[in-house]
Amino acid sequence: MNETINKYKEDLEFFDDVMDKYEYIIDLGKKSPLLDEKDKNETNKIKGCQSSVWFVAHKEKDKLFFDTYSDTVIVRGLAFILAQIYSNHSPKEIQSFNREELKILNLDEIISPVRLNGFTSMLNAIYAHAKKEI
Amino acid sequence: MNINTLKNDFPFFKNNKLVYLDSGATAQKPQIVLDSMNEFHKSYCANIHRSAHGLGNKATQEYENARQTVSKFLNAKTKDEIVFTSGATQGINLVAYAYVKEHFKHVIISGLEHHSNIIPWQIIDKSLHVIDFKKDLHVDLEHFESLLKSYPNSFVSLVETSNTFGITHPIKEMIQLARKYGSKVLVDAAQSSVHSAIDVQDLDADFLVLSAHKLYGPTGIGALYIKKDLHEKCKAFQGGGGAIKEVTYEKTVYMPIPYMYEAGTQHIAGAIGFASALEYIRNIGFNLIQKHEQELIAYTNEKLLHVKNLIRYTDTKNATGNISFNIKGIHHYDLGVLLDKQGVQIRVGHHCVQPTMKSLGIKGTVRISFGLYNTKEDIDKFFYALERSIKMLED
Repeated sequence: MNETINKYKEDLEFFDDVMDKYEYIIDLGKKSPLLDEKDKNETNKIKGCQSSVWFVAHKEKDKLFFDTYSDTVIVRGLAFILAQIYSNHSPKEIQSFNREELKILNLDEIISPVRLNGFTSMLNAIYAHAKKEI
Repeated sequence: MNINTLKNDFPFFKNNKLVYLDSGATAQKPQIVLDSMNEFHKSYCANIHRSAHGLGNKATQEYENARQTVSKFLNAKTKDEIVFTSGATQGINLVAYAYVKEHFKHVIISGLEHHSNIIPWQIIDKSLHVIDFKKDLHVDLEHFESLLKSYPNSFVSLVETSNTFGITHPIKEMIQLARKYGSKVLVDAAQSSVHSAIDVQDLDADFLVLSAHKLYGPTGIGALYIKKDLHEKCKAFQGGGGAIKEVTYEKTVYMPIPYMYEAGTQHIAGAIGFASALEYIRNIGFNLIQKHEQELIAYTNEKLLHVKNLIRYTDTKNATGNISFNIKGIHHYDLGVLLDKQGVQIRVGHHCVQPTMKSLGIKGTVRISFGLYNTKEDIDKFFYALERSIKMLED
């Protein structure tokens, strides 16, 4: 997970201008895979986000994988970053990973305090799912 | 007076280069308002209506002068018709609890109401009836009359100007119609009062609510107008110091309105700042303010014609104070974020009118709202930032 975090940290730090950072996140959002319409349901919807965000997890062998979607492209990009960081890891690895490590991404520079709640809700959903799978 | 130099009256704009197009949420404050509040805290800070000392008398006098200023601003018959509240929302809640709860079964509202003119009626468990709006979002007066016929002697509570779509209801005509069927009427003038003069006697409103912070005044203070004829029918809302004549363990004898509704230490500095803001508006005059705003709206409207994939919800040419729109295929939240990063402050979202949004089948809009300090240069910067944002977001 640290490796993926560092990759995104380097990518984001490459841009001095905040608009360029956003362009990068928007680009990720546009490229992120689409969710099936049937998965965009109330069960998969993350509570606490102002925009609609859906979150689907599946297990392959002993690893968890996450797919996300949002109706806003910026949130879609941010959710994609989170999904990439936590995907392809076992539930135990996710559970033991300290979410404080994400702080080096400086996402609070990019996300408003209100949206930060939504981001925390997404993280909570990932950790809750990992706990359920252990 | 040159309207284009009024920006200099507002210290906010001296400290940054932001383009502020969110006055519908709250307006910036002129120096004169800040000075008047500061002066209270610096020179005569004391409690009102209860002190024997000179400072207390001075504070009481200024507070009551502020009430007189609000009264004049609304052309009320007497200053006793003006209650200071924390804002328009508290004003509506007060009327719901202190008057409507006991006297009415049915409440009629328009289809463009802010949540603050919906929830209070649900809290007191009234039957709520919503007037339809037409395709262009203007009120359907025939439907209004049919509701009045079906529910005579009901309470009618109407926003004068929509906080989201800039539509101004024909409020005088609607009050006259309501009168024919024995209804009492509350007018929510939170958005309209900063754009045109209000005359409660001419309107024949029973209640009217204002928020100072949308009138270039401080937050946390507003006013509720209650027509004198109805004072005896209004019961106590919340008890406390300053609101009573006599208290025993058996009962309380209340002061008359407005004091009955001003229990506890009031936002004295706020009331003083509120009055300064109204004086500031009065000195400029609504003729000049309206001329300036109409120019800004016409200029914005012309520029909107060139925005590709624009979705409008009403005739923006005749908007009052604000314009709402969407861009096809782009989420309003994404636009709000990118505009903010380019130094342009607008509001995106449901604007506290979720039922209206639901009727339109949308989750929110981009709203730009104007203040007297805005200039055509602000509008140009907004459109430059909008175009850049759209380019980044479109597929």
